[in-house]
Amino acid sequence: MHASEIEIELKEKYSSSILSLSVQRERRLWIEVKAEDFRSCFEKFIKEDGFIILCTITGLDTGEKIQVIYHMSDKDGKMLNIKISIDRNNPVIGTITDLFPAAELSERELEDLLGIKVQGLAPGRRYPLPDNWPQGQYPQRKDWDPSVLDKKIEKSGDKND
Amino acid sequence: MTKRIVIPVGPQHPALKEPASFDVTLQGERVADILVKVGYNHRGIEKGCEGRPYLHCVYLLERVCGICSHSHSTCFIQAVEEVANVKIPERAAYIRSIFGELERIHSHLLWLGVAAHEIGFDTLLMYSWRDREVVMDLLALLAGNRVNYTVNVIGGVRKDITEEEKEQILKAVDILEERTKYYIQVATEEISFIERLSKVGYISYEDALRLGAVGPTGRASGIKRDVRKDDPYAAYEEVEFNVITDDHCDVYGRAVVRVKELMEAYSIIRQLVKKLPQTALAVNVPKNIPAGEAVARYEAPRGEDIHYLKSNGTDKPDRVKLRAPTLANVQSVAKMLENGNFADVPIVIAAIDPCFSCTDRMIVATNDLLSAKENRMTWKQLREFSIDWYKKNKGVDFSKIKKLGK
Repeated sequence: MHASEIEIELKEKYSSSILSLSVQRERRLWIEVKAEDFRSCFEKFIKEDGFIILCTITGLDTGEKIQVIYHMSDKDGKMLNIKISIDRNNPVIGTITDLFPAAELSERELEDLLGIKVQGLAPGRRYPLPDNWPQGQYPQRKDWDPSVLDKKIEKSGDKND
Repeated sequence: MTKRIVIPVGPQHPALKEPASFDVTLQGERVADILVKVGYNHRGIEKGCEGRPYLHCVYLLERVCGICSHSHSTCFIQAVEEVANVKIPERAAYIRSIFGELERIHSHLLWLGVAAHEIGFDTLLMYSWRDREVVMDLLALLAGNRVNYTVNVIGGVRKDITEEEKEQILKAVDILEERTKYYIQVATEEISFIERLSKVGYISYEDALRLGAVGPTGRASGIKRDVRKDDPYAAYEEVEFNVITDDHCDVYGRAVVRVKELMEAYSIIRQLVKKLPQTALAVNVPKNIPAGEAVARYEAPRGEDIHYLKSNGTDKPDRVKLRAPTLANVQSVAKMLENGNFADVPIVIAAIDPCFSCTDRMIVATNDLLSAKENRMTWKQLREFSIDWYKKNKGVDFSKIKKLGK
């Protein structure tokens, strides 16, 4: 199936949840869905539309919103990039580790680098920042200032893990 | 009922070439549970890219990893070129693929040596690393560097391959092919090699699929996925090659897949060198990249590499995100080690060909600590500081120990 055909199909099927949908080229589809509908759409993308591979999860800070992109792929190498936008002051998403156990590290990365709360993610070791990293410092946020960190790390002394 | 004990393997451990931590819970000799912790090589490269011009990012990203440097730079540049809507000249695409395959050869030969060493087969380590020098010398000849070749520029490549160099490549490939045939013989006939690796680190097709294993790790469990075929880039559409899979699902399978992939790499290089088209090497790309986003994929020696790029119309990227193959594979390790022998831990970890530099990428080089004069310590000050620190924190007095050489 061509990307344009998939586009038409997705548009019909998820009309109530889609915020935007575009085809960049034959193997790249971009879709933005409402954050509250994400889980139900996501399950359908996997089960009904064949996007069975989770490539990775990207988190980014646009300044006004926090965006999370789930990069999915099907067996033919077509990529569906599913984007959701969440509140920057209270960023919360649900875990997908029940569907993809391998998403664990990517989700921990979202927690560590952007301060996103991932609901349902089993407790575990943090990734990728060190254990003595000061609380509330999220380096991937656009307004993050590295100079704050120097003082805090000096204060925390030699409590390395 | 044997008591359970936890043995920490890492972060610093003789069996690991890079820092990572595996807390292995043992029930007798058997591994009952394993807890993986990575992140020790976090260097802030993604964040570092945000404030730098695209060209600088290429150099920075090339240094994500010392082995698959070309993979990361190509993957990133593909994303940039997609956003900028640039089509690179054919010759550039061919040269990128040639370097990609040479890199695969040196990476796989390196792995073969490491794996052989982990099982105590050091003769094979010496052989494969000696042969690896052939491809390293070739890379040095072609690009001027053994690693971090910096062949790519945005819009093409900077380095041409001349007629004489073509001959050198073909000559080296002939030597390597001859040697690889010997390794295939070792892998399929040497009983101690087969016995040591068979049924070690087993992961079924279903589990590998569920845990998202990529590259040779996935292909050794029968997952026929290869970005070079599924989502072709550079010049891979122009060449014939097979995606090697294996159904052993164990470390032995992973060894076989890699050795056979070497043969495919030689064939790809020969085809590319023969067909190398006569076009320009690069096209001009404006400094400012239009706003947009793109995802690029690349089949690195260890598996699929993914780069996400968001641009904002300036000469600096807004967000760069990369996922290295080891991040996808490291979670399969726990499954592979389940119920295995403790002595198999090093080889099973080595069998995914882990690269934690790639996986962890970043820590921000915060502030210019070294440039601030008051923070710079002389050797004497440093010595005094450490003596003081140990006295205060550990109750050990080192002050009486004489300085070396005095």
